[in-house]
Amino acid sequence: MLEETGPEWLSEEVKTGTTIIAIEFNGGVVLGSDSRVSAGDSVVNRVMNKLSPLHDKIYCALSGSAADAQTIAEMVNYQLDVHSIEIDKDPRVRSAATLVRNISYKYKEELSAHLIVAGWDRRDGGQVFATLNGLLTRQPFAVGGSGSSYVYGYVDAEYRRNMNKEECQQFVLNTLSLAMNRDGSSGGVAYIVSIDEHSTEEKVILGNDLPTFFDQ
Amino acid sequence: MALSNVLETPVPGFNFDNAARNSALEGLFDGGQTPKPLKTGTTIAGVVFKDGVVLGADTRATSSEVVADKMCAKIHYIAPNIYCCGAGTAADTEKTTELLSSNLTIFSLNSGRHPRVVMAVNILQDMLYRYRGQIGASLILGGVDCTGNHLYTVGPYGSVNKVPFLAMGSGDLAALGILEDGFKPDLELEKAKELVRDAIHAGIMSDLGSGNNIDICVITRQGADYIRPYQESEYKDNRKMKYKYRSGTTSVLTEEVVPLQLEVVQETVQQMDTA
Repeated sequence: MLEETGPEWLSEEVKTGTTIIAIEFNGGVVLGSDSRVSAGDSVVNRVMNKLSPLHDKIYCALSGSAADAQTIAEMVNYQLDVHSIEIDKDPRVRSAATLVRNISYKYKEELSAHLIVAGWDRRDGGQVFATLNGLLTRQPFAVGGSGSSYVYGYVDAEYRRNMNKEECQQFVLNTLSLAMNRDGSSGGVAYIVSIDEHSTEEKVILGNDLPTFFDQ
Repeated sequence: MALSNVLETPVPGFNFDNAARNSALEGLFDGGQTPKPLKTGTTIAGVVFKDGVVLGADTRATSSEVVADKMCAKIHYIAPNIYCCGAGTAADTEKTTELLSSNLTIFSLNSGRHPRVVMAVNILQDMLYRYRGQIGASLILGGVDCTGNHLYTVGPYGSVNKVPFLAMGSGDLAALGILEDGFKPDLELEKAKELVRDAIHAGIMSDLGSGNNIDICVITRQGADYIRPYQESEYKDNRKMKYKYRSGTTSVLTEEVVPLQLEVVQETVQQMDTA
């Protein structure tokens, strides 16, 4: 019997049920995300990179509604480009986060996306900003998305100040792996971006290379 | 220089005008059940191969349980190097792709360049996002430009995914199974066409809303080859479609002539200007 309206996921809003994390280390930041995009019960894209560049050394992590998050990231990318041409310098991470916050706050009723902004600038080094619902706060690390609820305990217990880049990357990988194991809306592969003074490095860690825990 | 979006200048920022109208409309209908737009029930798929992109689609358009069009064209022309498959509300996909095609043609004429696939995607995403999902069009855009072979999907809310292979429409889960199994990077042309054909075929077999023939469109640097139909359905009917009978087939039993009584009521003369 033919359904008149067709499958729901065809018309349902596409969400990035997600796990995203960003942490600051001495000299830079590391961002991480999973890669699952769902529309209702269906996975629409299993390899989406949710770490979106806002500038050479500033990235943001997307969560919530895919369309809203992608659009905010693109708008801020454009605004940051104009801003950096105007000041004739690389923009500060705080500027990028403020631009994201301004959009999130002004349209908070209509939008449902949360972006974590992280990057490196010459003035304050590595910084991580959370912009949930229109606030702007600098934190040593931030987690977001539906999978973050499952790993708050882990990050709170395991985070230490002054880790180096490799330890941070491992910490991010562990967090993502744990969250993807527990959260139905997170999964796929892990994307990691490490930003420091010298370089911006993007990496993909495939499913079978993710760290495993007691039950695997 | 004129902007590319000549037919429709977008206003800056987010435009939520229609949201108020829509919630007002919902209040007008009893029980909040607004009329649902008709969907075409579809299987469309696309694959990036070594030399370009292959797009495929079925050709059935349904109106509830009846097949309204057995040979509907779901692969739309956007530019000589870009084609677009549409799933969702038929009118929306048709109009959206026509608008996009016009805008890109104007851009081509203005700048003297072939449009890039990413430009088409950005314009589409702009428009669909601005309408907040009210335009029910899920589109697969594929094309070849100077930067390479690209395949994108744009959802009705404006989300964009760039992937090497994908399927959309009501039959997409069946098609995706075939694609996941058979896809490899850098396929040859014939293998890629077979893969897309198999994927659409799976969608046709497993989904009531997809059926009839399979259309394929191959886009390479040399140009686009729109093969319609690539494969015809084996379940064709043999209706003659001509129902004229020669005179005398039905015999005349009786004949009666009744002249109508008419009288002239009014007579007017209008001069014709023949100068």
